[in-house]
Amino acid sequence: MGFMERFIGKVGSHWGVHPSDHKRPAADAPVRKMPMPARLYVPLLQHIGAAARPIVLVGQKVAKGQAIAEPQGMVSATIHAPTSGTVSAIGEIVAPHPSGLPMLAITIDADGEDRWIAPDAPGALPSCADPFALDPMEIGKRVAKAGVVGMGGAAFPSAVKLTGSLRAKISTLIVNGGECEPYLSCDDRLMRDRAADIVDGIRIALHATGAKEALVGIEDNKPEAIAAMQKAAAGIPAVTVRPVPARYPMGSEKQLILVLTGREVPAMGRPSDIGILVHNVGTLVAIRAAIRFGQPLISRLVTLNGGAMRAPGNLEVPIGALADAVIAFANGLKEEPARLLMGGPMMGMQLPDARVPIVKGTSGILALTAAEAAERQPEPCIRCGSCVKACPVGLLPLEMSRRIASADYDGAVDFGLKDCVACGCCAYICPARIPLVQYFNHAKGELSARERTKLRAEATKKLVVARAERIEREAREKAEAAARRKAERDAAKKAAAEAAAANPQPTTEEAES
Amino acid sequence: MLAATLSLTLLGALLGLLLGIAGRFFAVEVNPLNAEIEALMPGTNCGQCGFPGCAGAVSAIIEGAAPPTCCPPGGKAVATAVAAKLGLALDLSDVADKGPQIAVVTEEICIGCCRCLKVCPTDAIVGAAKQIHNVLREACTGCEACVDRCPTEALTMHPVPVTLQHWVWPKPVFA
Repeated sequence: MGFMERFIGKVGSHWGVHPSDHKRPAADAPVRKMPMPARLYVPLLQHIGAAARPIVLVGQKVAKGQAIAEPQGMVSATIHAPTSGTVSAIGEIVAPHPSGLPMLAITIDADGEDRWIAPDAPGALPSCADPFALDPMEIGKRVAKAGVVGMGGAAFPSAVKLTGSLRAKISTLIVNGGECEPYLSCDDRLMRDRAADIVDGIRIALHATGAKEALVGIEDNKPEAIAAMQKAAAGIPAVTVRPVPARYPMGSEKQLILVLTGREVPAMGRPSDIGILVHNVGTLVAIRAAIRFGQPLISRLVTLNGGAMRAPGNLEVPIGALADAVIAFANGLKEEPARLLMGGPMMGMQLPDARVPIVKGTSGILALTAAEAAERQPEPCIRCGSCVKACPVGLLPLEMSRRIASADYDGAVDFGLKDCVACGCCAYICPARIPLVQYFNHAKGELSARERTKLRAEATKKLVVARAERIEREAREKAEAAARRKAERDAAKKAAAEAAAANPQPTTEEAES
Repeated sequence: MLAATLSLTLLGALLGLLLGIAGRFFAVEVNPLNAEIEALMPGTNCGQCGFPGCAGAVSAIIEGAAPPTCCPPGGKAVATAVAAKLGLALDLSDVADKGPQIAVVTEEICIGCCRCLKVCPTDAIVGAAKQIHNVLREACTGCEACVDRCPTEALTMHPVPVTLQHWVWPKPVFA
């Protein structure tokens, strides 16, 4: 146990905030299944990493579950057709992102048959009755083929995590059922309805990673989910369900690890550095579907909530359905929302428009009223230290934000900006309503832009050197070629002269011989 | 023939030796700072600053004849780095930071004359005689060297399009 870890239980227990969770009544409403929309917009970048590369052509017929884009690079994910139909376009659509910038997507016109890809067709994923007989590496490969990404929001490709764990010697699998974001209840609903499937997914993930035990962390504001999970995990000694106190950001993997195991992930490190792997409950269900039934990730549970929503609840939505179609299916809006969000209210993204597709990482669509959004004018910092107390990673948000305000990004990095998880506790708790986390998001973007500029400058220098070498080489080759030609000419001339000297009349000699 | 070859060879060798010795003895003391600052510059010798290449701009900055903001392709990033290294006061307000720019070929009027490819310091333009040229976005540094060479004004500068991967949250307006 490290020096600092001794204190974590004593002084570090103030972290986090307690926003009112607004999860009910949406969490108690049964899941509805959205009918297949006539047209789906499937983005090529729904995950962290490189965008996938399309492998279908416009006009091509695709079957449900058929791969339509393949991963590029180490960290990327396969994309599948969420229904059967015709590819009608591959082009730019508005991204589900606060910038409202365009992104590439494959548009599929559904044929209404919703026909699965034939199990013997090339590219169809194999199903498996006994996943525990499979090689762990093979599970990782199949999960990659199924395009499974983290469903908690960050959308990191799950296969990369699974195969990486084999190398990193993972001892503990932590199952994230925290769902600490207010308003969201899709994980809660999943644990209540499909606890047995989650536990099966946990056992497959344990087999795939070689971990010995699994700890399921569920916030204690979800008693039904805890009961369901405990019942499902009853006969399995490797799986323990552990209620954790409801507190934001309990679902952040570093915080959940700290609470469940008492161990801290090192700064700039990953959970695998301390032998831990974290997966969201939704991800485990997707892994199970991929391994047992050969079903890729083509639909997900999405929470519709917020004061402006007429019928809050959870919906099973195909990937690529437009948010406004989803809202329309759920009886629409009561009033014009003051703010439309994708994800939770703390870390979610404000949408410029509802005509954006649901992606693999979309946990919810929130339509907040003006009273809920509570736009407030910021005032000067009074240095009360509330943000310091609330910060789950022990940073000084007030100091960092002052430096960022005066464009001193390096100063902010010295105060630990790179450890900031952007949870938004500081901005939530600030009595002066200073947009602290917005400063940090801005500064992180600036820093990565600066990093890119630096890499570009280095690349430019290499290009300049390469050009100088090329010009030199070309000049040398030209000179060499000229010298060679000259030598050849001289030799030919010399030979001709010698021949002429030796045989004044070669033609007669030839005729004689 | 032999005499001519020998005498010229001898002359060349002698003069070369003389040059080498002179280079050693009369070496100009270069400020080691120059090399350090030059490493910070883009290094394309594009000449937009009005000095003979990056080395010229660096000595002008060190002598105080030019502000650290004199490098247009470097923009604010290079200006800040140079000013920090030299401990100079920096006024970024007059840096017309148009943001990163790249050259774009208007394909309808490109005649495939190959003039632009020859001046590009990073070999960022591809093309051949009577073929439409194209600019490699990743390699173009936005130095504008090619723009003046184009006889049909087919090359124009455009800001690098902002993509989702490059987008940065705006700074909160309240300070």
